[in-house]
Amino acid sequence: MNAEDLPPALADFFAARDWTLHPHQQELLARRDEPSLLLIAPTGGGKTLAGFLPTLVECADGHEGLHTLYISPLKALANDIRRNLAVPIEEAGLPIRVEDRTGDTSQTQRKRQRADPPQILLTTPESLALMISYPDAARTFAGLRRVVVDEIHALAENKRGDQLMLALSRLQTLAPGMRRVGLSATVDEPAVIAHYLARHPDPCPIVLADPGPPPDIAILETQDAPPWAGAGGRYAIPAVLEQVRRHNTTLIFHNTRAQAEIFFHNLWLANTDDLPIGIHHGALSKEARQRVERAMVEGQLKAIVATGSLDLGIDWGNVDLVIQVGAPKKVKQLVQRIGRANHRYNAPSKARLVPANRFEVLECHAALAAVRDGELDGDLRRDGPRDVLCQHIACIACAGDFNADALYREVTSVGPYSQLPRSDFDECLNFVATGGYALRAYDRYQRLKEREPGIWGLRDPRSARQIRMNLGTIIDTDTLKVRLKGRGGIPLGEIEEGFAATLTKGDTFLMGGQVVRYENMREMTVEVSPNPSKEPRIATYIGYKWTTSVQLAARIQSMLHTRDFGGLPSHTRYWLELQDEVSRMPEPGRLLIETFPRDGRHHVCLYGFAGRNAHQTLALLITKGMEEADLDPLGFVATDYATLIWGLKPVRDVAPFLQHEGIHAALESWLQGNAVMKRTFRASAIIAGLIDRNYPGKRTSGRQATFSSDILYDTLHRYDPDHLMLRITEEEAMRGHIDFGRVELLLQEVGDRIDQIDLDRVSPLAAPLFLEQGRVPIKGRAEGRLIQEEATRLMAEAGLSLE
Amino acid sequence: MRNSLAFTFAGEHLVARPSGALHWPAAGLLVVSDLHLGKSERIARRGGALLPPYEVADTLARLEDDIAATDPGAVICLGDTFDDMEAAAALPPATRDQLGRLTTGRDWTWITGNHDPAPTGLGGHAADGLTCGPIAFRHIAGDGADYEVSGHYHPKARLNIRGRAISRPCFLRDARRLIMPAYGTYTGGLRTRDRALADLMGTGARAILAGLPMVEIPMPR
Repeated sequence: MNAEDLPPALADFFAARDWTLHPHQQELLARRDEPSLLLIAPTGGGKTLAGFLPTLVECADGHEGLHTLYISPLKALANDIRRNLAVPIEEAGLPIRVEDRTGDTSQTQRKRQRADPPQILLTTPESLALMISYPDAARTFAGLRRVVVDEIHALAENKRGDQLMLALSRLQTLAPGMRRVGLSATVDEPAVIAHYLARHPDPCPIVLADPGPPPDIAILETQDAPPWAGAGGRYAIPAVLEQVRRHNTTLIFHNTRAQAEIFFHNLWLANTDDLPIGIHHGALSKEARQRVERAMVEGQLKAIVATGSLDLGIDWGNVDLVIQVGAPKKVKQLVQRIGRANHRYNAPSKARLVPANRFEVLECHAALAAVRDGELDGDLRRDGPRDVLCQHIACIACAGDFNADALYREVTSVGPYSQLPRSDFDECLNFVATGGYALRAYDRYQRLKEREPGIWGLRDPRSARQIRMNLGTIIDTDTLKVRLKGRGGIPLGEIEEGFAATLTKGDTFLMGGQVVRYENMREMTVEVSPNPSKEPRIATYIGYKWTTSVQLAARIQSMLHTRDFGGLPSHTRYWLELQDEVSRMPEPGRLLIETFPRDGRHHVCLYGFAGRNAHQTLALLITKGMEEADLDPLGFVATDYATLIWGLKPVRDVAPFLQHEGIHAALESWLQGNAVMKRTFRASAIIAGLIDRNYPGKRTSGRQATFSSDILYDTLHRYDPDHLMLRITEEEAMRGHIDFGRVELLLQEVGDRIDQIDLDRVSPLAAPLFLEQGRVPIKGRAEGRLIQEEATRLMAEAGLSLE
Repeated sequence: MRNSLAFTFAGEHLVARPSGALHWPAAGLLVVSDLHLGKSERIARRGGALLPPYEVADTLARLEDDIAATDPGAVICLGDTFDDMEAAAALPPATRDQLGRLTTGRDWTWITGNHDPAPTGLGGHAADGLTCGPIAFRHIAGDGADYEVSGHYHPKARLNIRGRAISRPCFLRDARRLIMPAYGTYTGGLRTRDRALADLMGTGARAILAGLPMVEIPMPR
């Protein structure tokens, strides 16, 4: 269809605006009858219009009921889309209503939407799961014609995508004529995403938009050199302010919320011209975020300091520069963040990187080289996780009785689950129905009953409420709300419960860019007062744990090995030369190990450049050897290029701990007791519905009814070691945390070419590791020793005697 | 590593065990509190999650170990032995037999809790409270007029070592009161900072952490 073939109202609208359709927009319109279609386009390529154009055309003469369901990973994106769609719909006078349905939608609005659905409904995967769990889902979605999945590349990376695709398989049954469109940023393997999107085994053609001109991207030049170890980018503040002055609107991205807060605080102190600058991240209250979003849309802000909450395709304001503080941990993420700047088709976007320490200078260089080479990293999961399937089965049961054969067919029409054996499905069904225990204790209280052969349903309809409350695959750490003290105190945001527990009256921390003072805890809310004068204690709440991709790690290793330092600033060259002098450079085919004391602990640092999962596994292997040799390991942290282990005693010779055969068997019991497995179990157990999420509102301030998931994990291991949840935990650990194969390969490759260098202090390359998040504690004898020391100290301090 | 912790209370020599049991060697007495047997059964019955149904077996296995290690002539279960009366009635026969074996030949007292009026048909005898020498045993702490051992609150304490928080069930004690940790495998805890506990315990109160190693610290408030 050409622009001339558009319905007159739309054609007039385009003509009046002097708009012409991009080729990929025309193609999506022309091929709108394809059952599935994937569009790959750069940010700013008019993806959203391309996705909605067929809907606008099909509804131009009116459509009764729901026509198009739009799903995006972010609520904020839905708001943004509604604003953008309003322009063509209102100006062309189309009879189309657009509404959203998210966690923020009111009960009355939801009820009305069910009775009188809009033509276009905007939602998130979690809200969609909730909608299909209601008995009236069949009626709500019966007339559905199209589904548009936005930012599908981001959803496909995690379990939210698996959940969404399972929900789509249900929609397809309710609305057999439903067509699917996926909108994706540039990715390495479009075919994997197409497989994800389409109903298996339908084909899914891919439409590639013109990628546009290459971005203008470089490292920001600063007066001062970055520190050896440092995370905030504080040294670059004068240069950043200068850039903000010179551009219309600048987005300043950080990798974690805490860093965004600290940077914003310091930026504000240096902002002598009173430039209007805002902050936006996921831990701020909804009110605070919306205030900044509004100011942004109205063009009132010169700059906005942000984290991942602004990360995806939000298309607002007149952004002409993106500054990334801290190394971009994934090239893909960098490219998508750059897409924020100059959101006009065929105009190059502009970005500047601010490495926060000298190792990050290396990372930034490697990332820039990857962008130039058009190499994007991606680690897409290919087979669907079974904890999500368990949740989906429970969700379907909430909507009414179901036929197990039909549900199995539906589930295997989902790309990631297309190879799922029937026996695996039945295990999940059995888990949801009975708990799946070897001891059949719940025959009377099964959650699902087989009413007649093959037909299953909820035993007690009241359990639907509990299932619905636990829908979703995002596992948050427990957080507490923060408010200003006083009646009707303003909500400021959230902090992690663990951080809150360390606060005592008078402590200060950063929240929404201001320093606040901890006053007290009231009904699970942290009350604070403003305290602008004091230096803040650093907030430990974090956004995401970003990891570098394996590809970037390999690039860095090769830069180090070939001593390809030509493009690096002199301060970083000096830092690397120092590494060469006091220790040595890591080389492919050899394994560099450094040991050194620091802060009363003995450290071991291994540079494997083999990816975080492999390093985590390597750390487990070594700490097990250390525990057996009475060397008192305390914990470790792993990145994509190295792992750092610390303990109470020095390790004279690491090599004997690095046996490379039968790692899996050797680690079996050590792994079982490790925090990595327990964290994995907790996440999977919540998703699969074994344990409830902790809702702040539900938690009582009296005796806690909940107990730690570690107890369930240990109990299962002791009494039911073959239970499905333990097998799922292992599956998830193997794909997310542990990589035996890569470690075996590395150790084979290295053989006895292990270089252990004993230093008297931390080396230049090891310094940045001390800032890494995601430390894993070792529960061994060393911990016991520390507990005894601390107890003795506390008793002495309190003047209490030991008997 | 220290695997029990002895202290003096009401002039008597008592021993806290890592399992959360209390041993009074001179009286030949073992005390455990808040076993909450059948908790997973009760949650399932009410349409909640289907938790691993092994907590009764696990709790009783630990109790068996404690009894084997201390060989007490008398045992006190300090209330909330069962999560509710239906859970007590739903115990499988093998478990009832196991309990029967444990009670046989011992002076066994089931103190009444707020969850369980009094278990029936399990051997031993039920009581609202019990006094043994200078010490009163009851489920919920009283007004502090006497030396007293109680349960009910499931106290747990947190210890920070180098940024790592370790949270464990604990015994709380001051000059007159001793509050026991919950013994059951599936029991949550109440932080010692909570008003309910902070108001109850006098100044100089201490917390003995259950688990290994056993240590005593000032009660975190």
